[in-house]
Amino acid sequence: MSAPRRPVDPSGLERYYVLTGGRSGPGGSASSLDVATLIVSRAAPVPGMQHEHEEILRLCREPLSVAELGAYLGLPFNILAVLLADLLEADRVEARDPIPAHDAGRGPDLALLEEVLSGLERL
Amino acid sequence: MDLKGFDQPGFGTLEASVDKGVTRSVKVMIAGGFGTGKTTMVRSVSDIKPLTTEETLTQASAGVDHLIGVADKTQTTVSLDFGKIRLNDELVLYLFGTPGQERFWFLWNGLFKGALGAVVLVDTRRLSSSFRAIEEMERQDVPFVIALNVFPDSPEHPVDEIRDALDLSPDIPVVAFDARDRSSSRDVLVALIRHLKERSAVVALESR
Repeated sequence: MSAPRRPVDPSGLERYYVLTGGRSGPGGSASSLDVATLIVSRAAPVPGMQHEHEEILRLCREPLSVAELGAYLGLPFNILAVLLADLLEADRVEARDPIPAHDAGRGPDLALLEEVLSGLERL
Repeated sequence: MDLKGFDQPGFGTLEASVDKGVTRSVKVMIAGGFGTGKTTMVRSVSDIKPLTTEETLTQASAGVDHLIGVADKTQTTVSLDFGKIRLNDELVLYLFGTPGQERFWFLWNGLFKGALGAVVLVDTRRLSSSFRAIEEMERQDVPFVIALNVFPDSPEHPVDEIRDALDLSPDIPVVAFDARDRSSSRDVLVALIRHLKERSAVVALESR
């Protein structure tokens, strides 16, 4: 499958500016987005939506990481995060952060490590 | 890979999502010096063809770009190659190969945050190329294992000798592997998770 690549022509920056309405970084809940955060659509695309928003909603019917979205849409992380912030604010997508090795104060989660281990051993 | 969005043009009309609301992700970083086999390892063990995602560093990169003679405010693009392993119906592991230029690691905020741990690849023909990666893991307190990527002309080094040369603490596992081989790469990930389990058992004992 050929994924669209990030444009290398100088107009790339202009395109990003238009896409994000000139915003350089996400606000609110999207500021904690990780490359491994899973994005899941909560709503179907509606007519008149910005094309990229629509694409995100289509791609994320199945949970997809921010990194995968960036690769498929040909958008750098920071630009994508701005677009995701819009969708998060409108409650059109859900974001699930990666499970960290240890939740604050609780210590490493052995059950999670066991789950990862048995998954790897089945490969 | 399950990417129905590309293959089924008719989807997305009724249901918003077919996700059962339970799928979660974990991430592991693959670090190491330039040319140590990070992308090769990601490629051999991933369920999907490795993809590349990018981050554009602007303001933050200005001070560092100075060092390499690039004008302030030049946009620097940092690429991450990554792969994906579906561990079970509810859990997906993402593997991120860190950019070869280690100086970018700390500019990409949170790149290592939230990772279970890291694999630091070492080419035994040029041990020093991974010094910086090891230092970064220690500085950012990311648990890691050392994976010696064995190339056809790699010299035979006893693990102890390499451990000394890399100045590793005794509890850091060192394993030899072939990054081109899927099961060999898988075994490195298994070694990392076992190491994390041991660490967590030690932490549990210490906190009693």
